[in-house]
Amino acid sequence: MKSKLNASNAVVAVVCAALVLLPIYSAATGNIFILTLLTRIIIFALAASSLNLIMGYGGMMSFGHAAYLGIGGYAVGILAAEDIGSGFIQWPVALAVSALFALVIGSLSLRTRGVYFIMITLAFAQMAYYVASALSRYGGDDGLTIYKRSTFDGLINLSDRTQFYYLCLGCLFGGIYLIWRIVNSRFGLVVQGVRSNEQRMQAIGFPAYRYRLTCFVIAGTICGLAGALLANNTDFVSPAVMYWTRSGDLMVMVILGGMGSLFGPLIGAIVYLVLEELLSQFTEYWALIMGPLLLLIVLFARGGIMGLLGRVRRG
Amino acid sequence: MFLLIEQLLNGLQFGLLLFLLAAGLTLVFGIMDFVNLAHGSLYMMGAYFAATFVGWTDSFVLGAILALAATLLLGIALEFVALRHLYGRDHLDQVLATFGLILFFNDMVRLIWGPAGLALPLPAWLTTPVQLLPGVYYPAYRLSIIIVALLVAAMLYLVVMRTRIGMLIRAGASNREMIGALGINIKLLFTLVFGLGAALAGLAGLMQAPILTVQIGMGENILILAFVIIVIGGIGSIRGAFLAAIFVGIIDTLGRAFLPDLLRKVLSGAAASTAAPALSSMLIYLLMAIVLVLRPEGLFPATKR
Repeated sequence: MKSKLNASNAVVAVVCAALVLLPIYSAATGNIFILTLLTRIIIFALAASSLNLIMGYGGMMSFGHAAYLGIGGYAVGILAAEDIGSGFIQWPVALAVSALFALVIGSLSLRTRGVYFIMITLAFAQMAYYVASALSRYGGDDGLTIYKRSTFDGLINLSDRTQFYYLCLGCLFGGIYLIWRIVNSRFGLVVQGVRSNEQRMQAIGFPAYRYRLTCFVIAGTICGLAGALLANNTDFVSPAVMYWTRSGDLMVMVILGGMGSLFGPLIGAIVYLVLEELLSQFTEYWALIMGPLLLLIVLFARGGIMGLLGRVRRG
Repeated sequence: MFLLIEQLLNGLQFGLLLFLLAAGLTLVFGIMDFVNLAHGSLYMMGAYFAATFVGWTDSFVLGAILALAATLLLGIALEFVALRHLYGRDHLDQVLATFGLILFFNDMVRLIWGPAGLALPLPAWLTTPVQLLPGVYYPAYRLSIIIVALLVAAMLYLVVMRTRIGMLIRAGASNREMIGALGINIKLLFTLVFGLGAALAGLAGLMQAPILTVQIGMGENILILAFVIIVIGGIGSIRGAFLAAIFVGIIDTLGRAFLPDLLRKVLSGAAASTAAPALSSMLIYLLMAIVLVLRPEGLFPATKR
């Protein structure tokens, strides 16, 4: 990946710089709202980036990705409810359980292709949703309030807005860096090769199934991290996080930003959630505008925002 | 025993209702290769139209017919304005676009009818229980759902298997390009099929309306069920959708009715009362996962590729 000066790279650079500098602006103007909004956006951007890894690079259209948000969140919430407040225990557990879930559903789902894959991942996410709804000990349908955020032995204080913001931003940049390294590694090239032609990769001698499954598990684990962050951000976790429309939101962010582009999901998450916020301030019926907007984007802006910016360069 | 019969009938009724929804979905999916998440919105619109028109006309049957016509027109308009530009696109594009339509319809309903749900009262002649066997009573309305849905299913079967349009539909499901090349007006056929699917979804919605409340988002849960059914049955296959729908309806209903008691015999009380609702909600998803793992193309695949 050579760095070139073009429209999309310039936009990404400006956005990243703005994200890093935002707490300074927030502190200077006393605008706390923008910091909390951006924290939420960054967490969803991390989740969308992980979905992009399997969807954009791996060609695996998972419609159940929000399940990991819930699993990571419930790992934190349940441990907190059982008086295990240390993030050094909570977060590894969140990641491990997400990875395990991804391994189980991935090993079954990856036997299917196309629409069937979309549907079976959806089915597994719905199962996770119903399991969470039935956890009457941990709030059931109503969700679970987390009274104390994860503690890290005084290393970092998650209740401090700015520190938590930078933690989320660090996780996002770390996640994107990891995805960048994966995509450009031998492993990532094999996964992308399988996306374009599975039979050929198989014929050359790559065990396609194992490569895809590994990629699926990595993406699930990253999204589990986003789930742990989200639970700490809202001090709350409920089955609604895993509902299929949430998975739809994540897909929208990825496609809106540009599938298969490294920073696309970040741009997509920012545009989608900021738009939602702006429209809902402007009118209670924000989806009345958002819905047709999505339709128009699909019809006239293929490749998402990053695709549009790329076209500016060429044109 | 009577409970079992009643629950079996409930399951059949639910399954047939699901079939109405799944039939349109599987046709649109099979023939146009189009993933329509907004199908659940048409179901919701059918229910809202019914609640409104029944209120205006003071007649359940007249209101239902008007609602059916309105959903049919809405479906055709939707296809004409937006969806026909999405055929041949990536499934993902279709998912995204129709996801946007769900958002749109939910808020439009909220704008027009308000956030609170509506109730659709039944006329008196449909509320009395009917005696099926000596000592076995069943609500007349649920029975009439079974009859109407069976009639519609039979009609659909006749149309698809015995008429020229049906022949084109079947041909379209097995090879789209070929029937286009043979000079069939595919665009018109697509619009027709989409309208038919919309009307079926509207029918399911308006028949379900008196049993549940008419509310925003009512289409979303049941849409996923309909997708499960067409995946189990094999995409594009009406026969598969019919069998899978009844299967899913009965399993889901029986699971909800009897699983808690069964579990209580095996597990302790507390564990059973936690596990039962989760397990009975999960049952059909579990079923779908098993079917997909064993038969990745569904039980009755329409196309052999």
